[in-house]
Amino acid sequence: MKFVIRRFKERSYWQTFEVPVKKGMTVLEGLFYIRENMDPSLAFRASCRMGICGSCAVKINGRPRLACETQLSKFKEVKIEPLDNYRVIRDLVTEFEGFFAKHKKVKPYLIAETDYENPIEQLQKPEELKRYYIYTLCIKCGSCLSVCPSSATLESSLGPAALVSAYRFNSDSRDKGKDERMKIVSESFGVWRCHSAMECSEVCPKKIEPAKAIQLLRREALR
Amino acid sequence: MIECDIAIVGAGLAGMRAAVAIAEKNSKVSVAVIAKTYPIRCHSVCAEGGSAAVLRKEDSFELHAWDTVKGSDFLADQDAVEFFVRECPKEILRLENWGCPWSRNPDGTIAQRAFGGHSVNRTVFAADRTGFHEVHTLYERLLKYDNVEFFSEYFLTNLAIEDNRIQGLSAIELKTGNLVFFKAKAVILATGGAGRLYGFTTYSHQVTGDGMAIAYRCGVPLKDMEFMQFHPTGLVPSGILMTEACRGEGGYLRNKFGERFMQKYAPEKMELAPRDVVARAMWKEIMEGRAFEGEHGPYLALDLTHLGEEKIEEKLPMIREAAIKFLDIDPVEEPLPVKPVQHYTMGGIHTNILTETPVRGLFAAGECACVSVHGANRLGSNSTVECLVFGRVAGEMALKYVENAKDVRINSEFIKEEERRIFDRIGKGSENPHAIKKELNETMDRHLWIFRSENGLKEALRKIEELKERYKRVAIADDCRKFNVALLSTLEVGYMLDLAEVVAMGALLRTESRGAHYRVDYPERNDEKWLVHTLAYYTEEGPRFEYLPVKITKWKPVERKY
Repeated sequence: MKFVIRRFKERSYWQTFEVPVKKGMTVLEGLFYIRENMDPSLAFRASCRMGICGSCAVKINGRPRLACETQLSKFKEVKIEPLDNYRVIRDLVTEFEGFFAKHKKVKPYLIAETDYENPIEQLQKPEELKRYYIYTLCIKCGSCLSVCPSSATLESSLGPAALVSAYRFNSDSRDKGKDERMKIVSESFGVWRCHSAMECSEVCPKKIEPAKAIQLLRREALR
Repeated sequence: MIECDIAIVGAGLAGMRAAVAIAEKNSKVSVAVIAKTYPIRCHSVCAEGGSAAVLRKEDSFELHAWDTVKGSDFLADQDAVEFFVRECPKEILRLENWGCPWSRNPDGTIAQRAFGGHSVNRTVFAADRTGFHEVHTLYERLLKYDNVEFFSEYFLTNLAIEDNRIQGLSAIELKTGNLVFFKAKAVILATGGAGRLYGFTTYSHQVTGDGMAIAYRCGVPLKDMEFMQFHPTGLVPSGILMTEACRGEGGYLRNKFGERFMQKYAPEKMELAPRDVVARAMWKEIMEGRAFEGEHGPYLALDLTHLGEEKIEEKLPMIREAAIKFLDIDPVEEPLPVKPVQHYTMGGIHTNILTETPVRGLFAAGECACVSVHGANRLGSNSTVECLVFGRVAGEMALKYVENAKDVRINSEFIKEEERRIFDRIGKGSENPHAIKKELNETMDRHLWIFRSENGLKEALRKIEELKERYKRVAIADDCRKFNVALLSTLEVGYMLDLAEVVAMGALLRTESRGAHYRVDYPERNDEKWLVHTLAYYTEEGPRFEYLPVKITKWKPVERKY
């Protein structure tokens, strides 16, 4: 199968590889085949190969996907590019420091009085857990931000993944930090920056629906 | 040169738990968390089933300790195990207090499930994404502290040690390709296991044993490396882990006749016998022709169909998602094709119960270390919590150490020599590192698998020697420093060859069968001769071995039956 890859080393260019494909093979396995047999310099990130570490999100035939869980049998040929809205470091590897900095901005941790030396079991009913659990599933692959029009046009925009995190902690029955977080996400680069394009929900490999979390945060911000 | 008080290498569960331990006690000490991936891309996120801890009255520390010691086939150090089980509950509760979304009972208490080798339901879990949630909880907690700085995508190349005292380390910053030196009064290694020595493995691609190999090269002994765990249920053909919780929640293993064959091997515990027992039983079924034959070779069936969609969706959602995405099989409808898969490294960097290595200021915790609480066979759900317990200990010990430590320096010779060693080879050589790795993987999968023999082990050693010879001519076919994956893969393969030699030679020398190490030519456990830990020291001519008695406190070795 033809792999058409957007390379970058000082300048960007397209390169085509012909990869022998077996039944059940994934895009990531194809990329490894190229690195191991054809071009050892092909740079891409990959780790768990089971859709949980978030390393290998790339643009495959125009849409961000996790290379590890994308079956080649879906396609006649594959065109692979780095994610949009990130600076390219090399080939398919992009700069992620900014993405993680946005996440850090929303105080994505439980804010509550706890005793480090003598921790005690806090109760949380299954229905309370369910209220936020889906939003804990974000693997920080960055796909959402790569298709977010407001992130494309404003560097400081928090973007979908960070806002999902804010909503996740706000809705945790054990958390006391909602006010602090709402102040941050209500700024001009926060929930109001979202253009409601809903692309983030469209591409999220974990089906988290960041756009919905943003809507819920907006409702809270108006209270 | 970057200066810090404590450098932690590895940002998985153990490394990050160590960082929290330091930051909680001291907000002035500077901590650098250095890792080859971003923290949440670490392999710990792949842990699925849960973390063991005594939380309820029906359970006791005594029982958790006994289960662990028996599971270890009596090779665990019993003082370490007794300490370990007492610390587990606090770690579970701390994570709870920091936001970990543990699965709950209807009354809101933390839920626990059954796991192999544990006498009661002791395994705390967050659906079947336990490691993922633990990692994210720790990472997010770390964002609170101002004295912890992350150096993500920095690849460890060496440790600076003078007069048996740690001075710092060197690492390649992947983004720029620069070799960066970290001056540090204490270093904690938390770099994970050595799973990618094998081809059929549950491990993430980046788990290549770097920290173990570097410590070994620096003169720190590796302990019990011949003990590799094979998990019973790796998805065929990818090796993706199908958690033991599948069986903990009631799943069956069946052969091609539909028989629950564990009846023959462990009539009492059945599918929930420890992993070494179940993996051996499965391999025996395969060798004796009672497995299914598929396009990717023989396999057995992991049958969850009787559990029902609701239970699978609630307790095993990720397993279902993976099976559908990778095989187009829904476990609600159809059994999953599985076979034993390399999964865990019981051995590691030799430490004492306080995570201290023989080098002053150098600590190790988590899978890269060997305390040992797992001995010859680790129980499921004891590893994630080991990372938490001993990660904390390592953090506190390192903190105590640096509070009284003299200033350190990295001498210019070390810097020059390291730069020469790393960069001089670029653009030279003819051997493909990936070909060497592939042949190493095949060798390990064949000769250092579940059943081992003298002939096989000798053949493996011959092959490893050949690969080491070829490695001297390895090619790094990329002269651009930025994100140079060719350089990275080459260094990794070098580490793996060193480790493979230790594993194979340790296995050849250990002429008995204990836990996960089974010799067909020595099928019995031999306590008279082999109730000892293996210590491997690096020398130019290959590993030199010493042995260390096992610490027995309460439990004399007895026959191990399930």
